[in-house]
Amino acid sequence: MTKEELKIKLTELFSSVSIDESSEWLIINISSANSLNYLTQLRNDSSLQFDYLFCQTCVDWKTHLTMVYHLNSTTHRQSLVVKVQLDRTFPEIETVSKIWRTAEFHEREIFEMFGVNFLHHPDLRLLILPDGWENKKPMLKDFEDPINMIKL
Amino acid sequence: MYKETDILKESSVEGNLIINIGPQHPSTHGVLHLVVTLNGETIKKVEPHLGYIHRSIEKMCESLSYRQFIYVTSKMDYLSSHINNHGCAMCVEKGLQIEVPPRAQVIRVLMDELTRLSSHQLWWGAMAMDIGALTPFFHAFREREMITSIFEETCGTRLTMNYMVPGGVMADVNTNFQKSVKDFIIHFKNKINEYDELLTGNIIFQNRTKGVGFISKENAISFGCSGPTARGSGVSCDIRKLYPYEVYNQLDFDEILEPGGDCFARYLVRMKEMKQSISIIEQLIDNIPDGDFQAKTKAVLKLPKGEFYSSVESARGEFGVYIVSEGGTTPYRIKFRSPGFSNLSALDFMSREGKIGDLIAIMGSLDLVIPDIDR
Amino acid sequence: MPSLENIANFIHNWLYTTFNATVALLLEFTIVAILVIGLFSVLGLVLIFMERKVSAYMQVRLGPNRVGPKGIFQTVADTLKLMVKEGMTPNNADKFLFNLAPFIVMTAAMLILAPLAFAKNFQIWDINIGVLFVTAISSVSVIGILMAGWASNNKYSLLGAMRSGAQIVSYELSAGLSIITIVVLSESLKISTIIESQANGWWIFKGHIPAIIAFVIFIIAVTAETNRAPFDLAEAESELTAGFHTEYSGMKFALFFLAEYVNIFIVCVIGATLFLGGWMPLHFGTNTTFNEMMDYIPSSLWLFGKTFFLIFVIMWFRWTFPRLRIDQLLNLEWKYLLPISMINLLLATAMAILGWHF
Repeated sequence: MTKEELKIKLTELFSSVSIDESSEWLIINISSANSLNYLTQLRNDSSLQFDYLFCQTCVDWKTHLTMVYHLNSTTHRQSLVVKVQLDRTFPEIETVSKIWRTAEFHEREIFEMFGVNFLHHPDLRLLILPDGWENKKPMLKDFEDPINMIKL
Repeated sequence: MYKETDILKESSVEGNLIINIGPQHPSTHGVLHLVVTLNGETIKKVEPHLGYIHRSIEKMCESLSYRQFIYVTSKMDYLSSHINNHGCAMCVEKGLQIEVPPRAQVIRVLMDELTRLSSHQLWWGAMAMDIGALTPFFHAFREREMITSIFEETCGTRLTMNYMVPGGVMADVNTNFQKSVKDFIIHFKNKINEYDELLTGNIIFQNRTKGVGFISKENAISFGCSGPTARGSGVSCDIRKLYPYEVYNQLDFDEILEPGGDCFARYLVRMKEMKQSISIIEQLIDNIPDGDFQAKTKAVLKLPKGEFYSSVESARGEFGVYIVSEGGTTPYRIKFRSPGFSNLSALDFMSREGKIGDLIAIMGSLDLVIPDIDR
Repeated sequence: MPSLENIANFIHNWLYTTFNATVALLLEFTIVAILVIGLFSVLGLVLIFMERKVSAYMQVRLGPNRVGPKGIFQTVADTLKLMVKEGMTPNNADKFLFNLAPFIVMTAAMLILAPLAFAKNFQIWDINIGVLFVTAISSVSVIGILMAGWASNNKYSLLGAMRSGAQIVSYELSAGLSIITIVVLSESLKISTIIESQANGWWIFKGHIPAIIAFVIFIIAVTAETNRAPFDLAEAESELTAGFHTEYSGMKFALFFLAEYVNIFIVCVIGATLFLGGWMPLHFGTNTTFNEMMDYIPSSLWLFGKTFFLIFVIMWFRWTFPRLRIDQLLNLEWKYLLPISMINLLLATAMAILGWHF
C-alpha cells in the first residue's frame, strides 16, 4: 500500500484525525481520550494490520507531552506514526500493552522517565531507575540535577 | 529495581522460591538482574530489573551536537559499535539529505558485516558457555581476535570504533585492509565448519535447545522482537532486505528464516547469518570503488525542524534512531530503539514453566548485551 | 628387585620384630595415614595441573606456564594462596554443619582408598567385601554435599545440593549394577581376587559385549557421581554460580576441590581394577612370551597408566560436552542407563553360568 492509499484508508476509517505528510511516514494525531480505540482498530483492521510496535516513546514539548507510537505491519509492510498529545501536569493514557505486548516494557520506561500514568497497565513500576527515583521524571526538559548533570 | 515488599508478596505463595540471578552472575554477561520465582526447579516468573548500567544516553545526547552524539552511541551495544554509529550517522544524513559517496557506502557495509561476524562469534562462544561447554568460547575468540585486529588497523580501536561520521567514514581504510580481510575470510571459512562439528550436531546441545524457549510468530511480532530472535520464529524482519540502505540492494544475500521458534532455531539463524556475512564481504572486498570516503559537510551540522527515524540491522536486531529536531545544533529529543530491550521483554514469556537451565539457554539465544538494553 | 610389595613387607616385618604388636600396629596406622594424606595432596596437585593442561590443549591456549618449568608449580602456588585465604562463614549459616561438610566429603574419599590395590599385593586392607565397601562408602559423600548446600543458607547452594542429591543417588544404581556385572563374572567381591581373575586377560576383553556395555555405563555413571561435566549440575557455574560450594572459600573450598579430584582418581582406579585388570599387566590367554614381557613393567605403573588414561577420558568429556538439564539427566539414568544395565546384568549372569566367557 502506498502512502496515498494508506492516507485514503485512514481518512475513511477515522474521519476526525489530522494526517501529517511532511516526513517519511504518515503521522496521525489522535486524542488521548479514545487512543486505545483508534490503536486497536489500526491493529485489527484487515487492510492495515499494524501488528508490530517497533518504537514507543515520549517527547517533552515543555507545554505538553507527545506520545509517539511507531507502527509497522509485517503483512502489508507499511509504517505509520501515531501521536497522542498529553497534558504535561497530569499525563494519563490508556496502556497499549494488551495490543502489543512489548509495550509493557516501553511504557514502564516512559512512566519512570516522563511520569506518564498508563491506565490499566499490568505492572507499572520503575524498570530502569533505582529506588527513590519515583516521580523524579529525569527525561523532562526541566529536570535539574546539579551534581550529576553537566551543562555544556 | 525491586522493592522488598514485592519479593515478600511473591514468596509467600506456597512452595515458591525467589532467587536473584544477577546482577553479578556468570551467565548474565553483564549486570542484568533477574528476579526468578521458582517452584522447585520450574520457573514460574522471570522479572528483569534493569538499569545497573543505565547512563541516560538519550538525555546526554540532547546536549551534544550532531557530530558528538555518535561517539556516545558506541558505548551502547559495544559488540556492534560500528552498526550503532552507522544508524546514527544515517539518521543525521537523512535529516541533512547528504549523499554518501559510494566508497564510504561500501566501507560501511564491509565494517557492518565484519562487526556482525565478530558479534555472532562472541555470541556463539558465550551461548555454548551458558549451556556448559567452555571450549567453544576460546575457539570463538581466536577468530574474533582477527576481526578486532582488522578494526584496529583502520579505526585505531578494537571495541568502540567511532568510525562512521555523518557523510561517510572518519578516515580511509588501511592499505592492508583488503589483504587482512581476505586472509580472515579464508581462515574463517574452514573454522565455521569446525564450529558446526563442535557444537551444532552435539546431541546434548540439541536436547538443551530444541523446543526450549518457544515463541510463536504472532507472539514474536507482538513482543517487538527483531533480528535473529524474530527470524528464528519465522518473522521476516531483516532491515537489510526490507528497507535496504547503503549498497545492500545491490548485493546477493539471503534473509535467513527458521520456523522453529526455539533456541535451536535462533542458533541456526545466527550460524547461517555468519555464512551470509562472509558472502557479502566476499562480494564487496574486491569492489571497493575509488573516490572520497566522506562527503563534504558543514563544520556545524544543523538538522531542519522535523523528526527523522532511521534503522539499521544490528547483530541483535533492528537498531533505530529517532531524532526530533527543533532546527538547532543539538537534537531536541533522541530515542534509540534498542533491539535488546524489546527482545528482553519476551524473556518472561519464553522461560515460564522451563527449568533454570532453560532460562540460561534462552538468555544465551537472545544474545543480550546489557548496555544496549539499559542505554 | 625392589617393588612396592617388598618395601611394604620389609617395613611390616621390621616393625613387628622391633616393637610389640600393639605399638607396631599403631605405627602402621600412622604410616598409612601419612601415606594417604600425602597421596591426596600429590594427587590434588598433579590432577589439577593435568586438568589445566588438558583443557588448555583443547582450548587452543597454553595453560599455566609461568610458575616453575612449564608451569608445574602453578597448583602449588594456588594451594598456598588458598591456605592463607580467609575462610569465610556467611551470617545465619549453620556453622557446625557448614564447617563439617568439607571434612565429610574428604573423609568419605579417604575411606574408599582402603580396599584399593595400588600394586601387586600392595593394599591397605584386602577386605573380602571390597567392592561392596567401595559402593557403600561412595554414597556417603552425598551427605557432605547436602550438608554444605543446606548449611550455607544460600539458595544457589541449596538448589545445587538438591540436584546433587538426586543425581548421585540415581547414578549410584547403574554404577552399582555395572560393578555387579564384573562381580558376577569374577565370582568374588574381594578386590585381589577380582584382579587375579584377570591374569589371563582383562574383563573388558574376556567379558564379551556385556563387559563393554558395563564399562561404558560405568564411565558415564561415575562421571555423574563425581559431579563432573557434562553432569556437573551440582556446580553448574553458568546456572548456579558454583552450586553447593558457592559460600565456601579458603581451605574449606580447597577440600571440596581436592575431594572432587580425589574422587575422580578413585573411581578411575575402580574402573581400571574391575575392567582393565588393575595392576595386572596386559596378558593374552596363555601366550607366555608376550605375558612375561609385559610382566617386566612394574605393576604400579600398569595401574597408574590405566587410571590416568581413564582420568584423561573423563577430562575429555568435560571440555567437549555441554551440560545436561536436570530432567534430561534423570531421564538418562532412569529411562536408559538403568534398564540397559539391568538387561546387561542378566546377560552377564547367563554368560557366567554357561561359562561363555574366556
